[in-house]
Amino acid sequence: MEEHRDDLASKTGMWLFLFTEMLLFGGLFIVYSVYRYINADAFHLAAHELSVPIGTINTIILLISSATIAMSITAIQKENKKLSLLLLAVTVMLGLAFLVNKYFEWGHHIKDGIYPGSSVLALRGQGDVLFYGLYYFMTGLHALHIIIGLVFIGFIARLIILDKITFDNHVLLENSGLYWHLVDLIWIFLFPLFYLIT
Amino acid sequence: MEHEKDHIIPYRTFLFVLAGLIMLTLISVAVTKIHLGTLTVFIALLIAAVKSAFVLRIFMHLKFENKMFTIMVLAIIVLIGVVIFITLMDYLYR
Repeated sequence: MEEHRDDLASKTGMWLFLFTEMLLFGGLFIVYSVYRYINADAFHLAAHELSVPIGTINTIILLISSATIAMSITAIQKENKKLSLLLLAVTVMLGLAFLVNKYFEWGHHIKDGIYPGSSVLALRGQGDVLFYGLYYFMTGLHALHIIIGLVFIGFIARLIILDKITFDNHVLLENSGLYWHLVDLIWIFLFPLFYLIT
Repeated sequence: MEHEKDHIIPYRTFLFVLAGLIMLTLISVAVTKIHLGTLTVFIALLIAAVKSAFVLRIFMHLKFENKMFTIMVLAIIVLIGVVIFITLMDYLYR
């Protein structure tokens, strides 16, 4: 049966969606730059408390996961369904590892009484309140994107198992890859702006 | 029909890019250990920009796609850049 599909349109739709995501985070980066300009010293000191090693490890985890999902597309194009699924599984595992790190990182701060609306933070002044407010909101929104990405990838893996995504029809896999890379892209900027500005 | 021009990127390309990205991350962490003042932020953002260029062009296939995508992505980046610039001008010279 002749099927009707338009891969270019599908990809264009995905990119248009990604643009709205870029603008969403772009807006937050604008808020960040203004608050940081007003509270330069407080941001400087507050950033010292974030763990650079954990941030670096999480950056590397996301970069590797981006590479694995990109290679998963190559695998499906070469009709290697097993390898493609394996690479997607690795991507999901890495995404989960990122979330686990994030959980311990947040848990550590919350144990110290640093969370939005905490009295400890209020005593430290406006700059710290803004820094951690942005930290929790931006990394939290990013983590939410990771969770959505993982569900998306799981859904795509199912379609590969069912042979709905094949070597000559893999635009959905590409779109899930695009989403995952965007999440990686956002982290590439979040990491230096929150962890490395000391 | 149009699947002939399907571009298969070899695995090793991704592995090379990944190695480069990890290197850049480590460099960016190392640079913050040196105290360069305002320059630190500038270098960190410059490295982040180089990393995103690799992610966009290779991982996200922009290099091999219709040029329309590249133009749209650049337009969005310029838009965000312009808005950040205008906002900061406002705060700097208020």
